[in-house]
Amino acid sequence: MLSIKNLNVSVEGKPILNGLNLEVKDGEVHAIMGPNGSGKSTLASVIAGRDYFTIEQGEVTYMGKNLLEIPPEVRAKEGIFLGFQYPVEIPGVSMTNFMRTAINEKRKHQGLKPLSGAEFLKLMEEKKKLVKIESKLANRSVNEGFSGGEKKKNEIFQLALLEPKLAVLDETDSGLDIDALKVVANGVNMLKRKDNATILITHYQRLLDYVIPDVVHVLFDGKIVKSGGKELALELEEKGYNWITKET
Amino acid sequence: MPESNNISNQPEVFKNTLTELFENNYDQIMENSSGKIKSLRQKAFGIFKKNGFPGKKTENWRFTDLNHLFRNDFIIDFETKSQKVDISNIFTCDVYDLDTYCVTLINGWFAYNNSPLTKLKNGTIIGSLYKAMEIYPEIVEKYLGSIAKLNEPGFVPLNTAFMQDGLFIYVPDNVKVEKPVQVINIVDSQKPVFLQPRNLIITGKNSNLTLIHCDHTLTHNISFTNTVSEVIVDQNGYVDHYKVQNKGRNSSLITSLFFKQEKGSKLFNNAITLNGGFTRNQVDLLINGENCSANLNGLYLMDNNQHVDNQVFVDHKAFESLSNQLYKGILDDQASGVFSGKVLVRRDSQKSQAFQNNKNILLKDDAKVNTQPFLEIYADDVKCSHGATVGQLDPNAMFYLRSRGLSERTARQLLMYAFAGEVVNKISVEPLRENIIKLVEKRLKGELSICDQCILSCNSREPKFIQNIVD
Repeated sequence: MLSIKNLNVSVEGKPILNGLNLEVKDGEVHAIMGPNGSGKSTLASVIAGRDYFTIEQGEVTYMGKNLLEIPPEVRAKEGIFLGFQYPVEIPGVSMTNFMRTAINEKRKHQGLKPLSGAEFLKLMEEKKKLVKIESKLANRSVNEGFSGGEKKKNEIFQLALLEPKLAVLDETDSGLDIDALKVVANGVNMLKRKDNATILITHYQRLLDYVIPDVVHVLFDGKIVKSGGKELALELEEKGYNWITKET
Repeated sequence: MPESNNISNQPEVFKNTLTELFENNYDQIMENSSGKIKSLRQKAFGIFKKNGFPGKKTENWRFTDLNHLFRNDFIIDFETKSQKVDISNIFTCDVYDLDTYCVTLINGWFAYNNSPLTKLKNGTIIGSLYKAMEIYPEIVEKYLGSIAKLNEPGFVPLNTAFMQDGLFIYVPDNVKVEKPVQVINIVDSQKPVFLQPRNLIITGKNSNLTLIHCDHTLTHNISFTNTVSEVIVDQNGYVDHYKVQNKGRNSSLITSLFFKQEKGSKLFNNAITLNGGFTRNQVDLLINGENCSANLNGLYLMDNNQHVDNQVFVDHKAFESLSNQLYKGILDDQASGVFSGKVLVRRDSQKSQAFQNNKNILLKDDAKVNTQPFLEIYADDVKCSHGATVGQLDPNAMFYLRSRGLSERTARQLLMYAFAGEVVNKISVEPLRENIIKLVEKRLKGELSICDQCILSCNSREPKFIQNIVD
């Protein structure tokens, strides 16, 4: 589904990703772990299509297409979803209006008829239950005045509504109490299908108690230095990132 | 028409032509005026003759160039008077639920179905100022010119000298006017016209009035309108005043709106400028009694070479009153904007609260805005704040929306609605709010043509007939 080859990315002349390789296949859950500053969030941004960095070298292919040539909104409509580390507050734009527009843009892209108001509300009710988001959050402006936990739950709510093919969750677990963490994990697990995939970017092993990854990668200094099964996360938790940095 | 007069060129020439015009048409201008109004006109004329027009060096006019106003051959019409027109042939209101007393000014003159001046059962009088000068001279004399400031250069004295017709509303004490009054100012002429409508609105003690003022042009011809309005809000009165401006790019509009609030009264003023080649809105509020509250809001959405200038002055002359200004603007292309907000809190106006905020979004590098929020405070126990921002649409918010599949265009529009919404959502008349929201959305999508008839009024694209009063 996603193939990244020898990706080199810099921000204002400073190299951030240095020859990163990653293969994600249908149905897989990948966890990418790494210390602060290793390039985790930049990787998420490259996949979603932000433009504050320069691609120096390498290629990113998604569903057989060169992803780097596609604008962010088209990536979203083709099934890519980024769960933001810091979801943006947008006063005056209602969640309902935002999500209805997003879903209908995607449906239009797929050649489907737009959802009517009633159909959309029904879908929203369904997904609210799934991610246990309170009704009042969905009625407010996008993320405005939400607590940290509410913002992260709101990302999962959007994930549930948009049903992406490839979800990249950028530290969606950080700053969450155990209940919110379960909601997030539960959301990811329930939305898992044979034909979609998830990349969990995380600093801690904690989330991986609830979402079992197929592959765990360690990102260090802009490249993946070690990959393994779920036991790699436990090993990391036990020995710390120093263990990896020494090894490399 | 016989009394049509061509006017041309440059401030000094323009001024001289106007003064000659005044002198030559003296009898006709004074026709309906009582002795007191005559002397008011003469005083105003004297001031205009002495001071002329403001120039680039005049404070409050530094960022607004007037020269284009003096370039054309304008026509001033003293002849038409109020006229009987079947207004339903020109307008039908397409706003469901918005039931208003609708009155129309065509080229500055009151147009009516039945009578130029109507007295409602509750004693409220609505109609033509020209006619009111004749029938209710005692009311007109008491209030006309009582709050409009003559000592500033230019347009207020000029209007006061020349004023002929306009809207007159008198609401007696203890009357709540249930339906909003809607006045539609239409400019429709085949030749360049210079219009000077004058409005006088008086609301009595414990009375209530909603007034919607719409400015429109129905032609692409050059026009210049210099309006002065005086609105008196007596004790414990409530006035909800709206100005919706959607004018052609060849139209120039200068409005000077004077409010006076007495003890315990409430005022809402909303100025929504959707289009207009050149628009200047001056709001001047005198808070003359304690425990008043005033909300002065403005929204301006400009593109191409349009220019908008909002001048707000609030004089806290009494203690324990509140004034709150929120002006927001989005400027595209080479559009330019000016905001100048001044609050004066006098020495004895303790416990006043005055807030001021002007926020601007510039969509292009060539768009510009000059903003000057300004507080002048002589009392020591007050709560005041002011602020101004000029910026672009938040790139983080843009990316967030796009990352969910919204096109750049849609994302941009959503953020602009949200920005404008802060002002529009304060509108308390619900059908009016809904319609203004729609109008703003249409405007921001680039779908609002200037000829689009106002939400509030007509749905026939071209007037079926309006007498060409200037031929």
